[in-house]
Amino acid sequence: MTPEPHDVAVVGAGPAGLGAAAEAAGAGLDVVLIDAGQRPGGQYWRHAEGGRGQHWKAYEGLSRRLGQVRRIPGTQVWLITRDQEGFTLRLTGHDPVTARAVILCPGGYDRQLPIPGWDLPGVMAAGGVQALLKEHGTAPGRRAVVAGTGPFLLPVAVALARAGVAVAAVAEANPVTGWLRDPFGALAAPSKSVEAVRYAAAMTARRVLYRTRTVITEIVGDGRAEAVRLRRADGTQEEIAADLVALGWGFTPSLELPIMLGAETRLDEDGSLVAVVDGSQRSTADGVYIAGEATGVGGAALALAEGRLAALTLAGSGKTARLRRAVRRGRRFAAAMRRACPVPAEWTAWLTESTVVCRCEEVPYGELRRACHDLGADDARAVKMLARPGMGWCQGRMCGFATAAIAARLNGRVATADDLRAFAARVPAFPVALEDLAEN
Amino acid sequence: MTYTMTFEGRPVRAEPGQSVAAALVASGVVSWRVTRGQGRPRGLFCGIGLCHDCLITIDGVPDQRACVVPARDGMRLGDRDDA
Repeated sequence: MTPEPHDVAVVGAGPAGLGAAAEAAGAGLDVVLIDAGQRPGGQYWRHAEGGRGQHWKAYEGLSRRLGQVRRIPGTQVWLITRDQEGFTLRLTGHDPVTARAVILCPGGYDRQLPIPGWDLPGVMAAGGVQALLKEHGTAPGRRAVVAGTGPFLLPVAVALARAGVAVAAVAEANPVTGWLRDPFGALAAPSKSVEAVRYAAAMTARRVLYRTRTVITEIVGDGRAEAVRLRRADGTQEEIAADLVALGWGFTPSLELPIMLGAETRLDEDGSLVAVVDGSQRSTADGVYIAGEATGVGGAALALAEGRLAALTLAGSGKTARLRRAVRRGRRFAAAMRRACPVPAEWTAWLTESTVVCRCEEVPYGELRRACHDLGADDARAVKMLARPGMGWCQGRMCGFATAAIAARLNGRVATADDLRAFAARVPAFPVALEDLAEN
Repeated sequence: MTYTMTFEGRPVRAEPGQSVAAALVASGVVSWRVTRGQGRPRGLFCGIGLCHDCLITIDGVPDQRACVVPARDGMRLGDRDDA
């Protein structure tokens, strides 16, 4: 016998998902909360077993409200289908779950740009470095360079320094005054600026070299990272020794589940693909609510507010006016931040013919160029078919943004939402073991 | 207690709560497979289960993500021919 569907399935247990699950349960709905992590919290509240993370009171407050929520940790939703009753979610290593509505809070991960040498061991995504420090108490090197763009580089650098790693430099591609250039947006969420100032102070105290308008153009080493090459806006270059390189160029929202359910997507200010939602977190697909980074990268506080708003909207609560205002304010600030931290306009100039773009299938830049110039590929989809970038284990998560941008640029234009969709749509949403396909 | 695993026959220590990848990196191992095409060394990259760079054979089962599998006492890790 098929069990009765839940009122709502919340996918993702980061700030947005925890906010959604707590509010939905509080409104009396029957909630199932599904998460890839072993412990709730997502990337933001990632913590060791029995340990504590940042801004822990808020996490504990939410956790206390999950008493009635059915929780399924340590699994990935690889397929969602719609039927008369609502939705069926298929999970890795677990029986399927049914629900009348879904609140998708899939979060995101570091956006990457290929750089000569970025496939050397010792080079990591900034978020991966943070995860190792937070959850496993492990520092993956002795001397680090943190590079890319965006405010997230700061907490990573500070966390490394606190773990005893020598942070040789932080290379921020953009001028940081840009963060405050949009006074309307910045004033709407002053606590964010305060947070940035606090990290800056912590870095000064630890004598971390913070370089703005500085890009990382190459990582060199024999079998592992040994040094990085940095270039400043005035053209001067320098080489800095490092056995750990942490890279992040903003975030890429995870959109495979929204796209799978037919939710509309659009291009955001920072060039990322995001899901379209209304002022109450409804997507364009019936019964599908989306909250957090998937609707536009905006950080934990905004994600939490969006998750709560999605649940209250679903529950038909009349008390959402305040939350809707908070979300509007948060989105203004987030949009200002995204405009201030674009990927550097000239980034493809540092690619060489042999620079690996797709790490899984080992596709170098030269093959993408040949696909466009010699074989006539005129968009990301065609490049993908001809040269196979984004066709490996990661399903284009690491190289999708960059390949879409490269394909567009080689054709003399900028990437469109459609170029990005070529890499964001994934069925199944994750690599699935044969037994999951067979049993479910 | 501290766990002891083996990586390509050598002992590797792990603390409870560490992932396989965290334990390897903490013991100074930065790569544990080579790529199919060009034989390039690979280890941890995304660190959160997405990129699959850190695939490793654990107790004879190939293609496990070292960054998401918790370390356990007695685990047998690696053999570079599995990439």
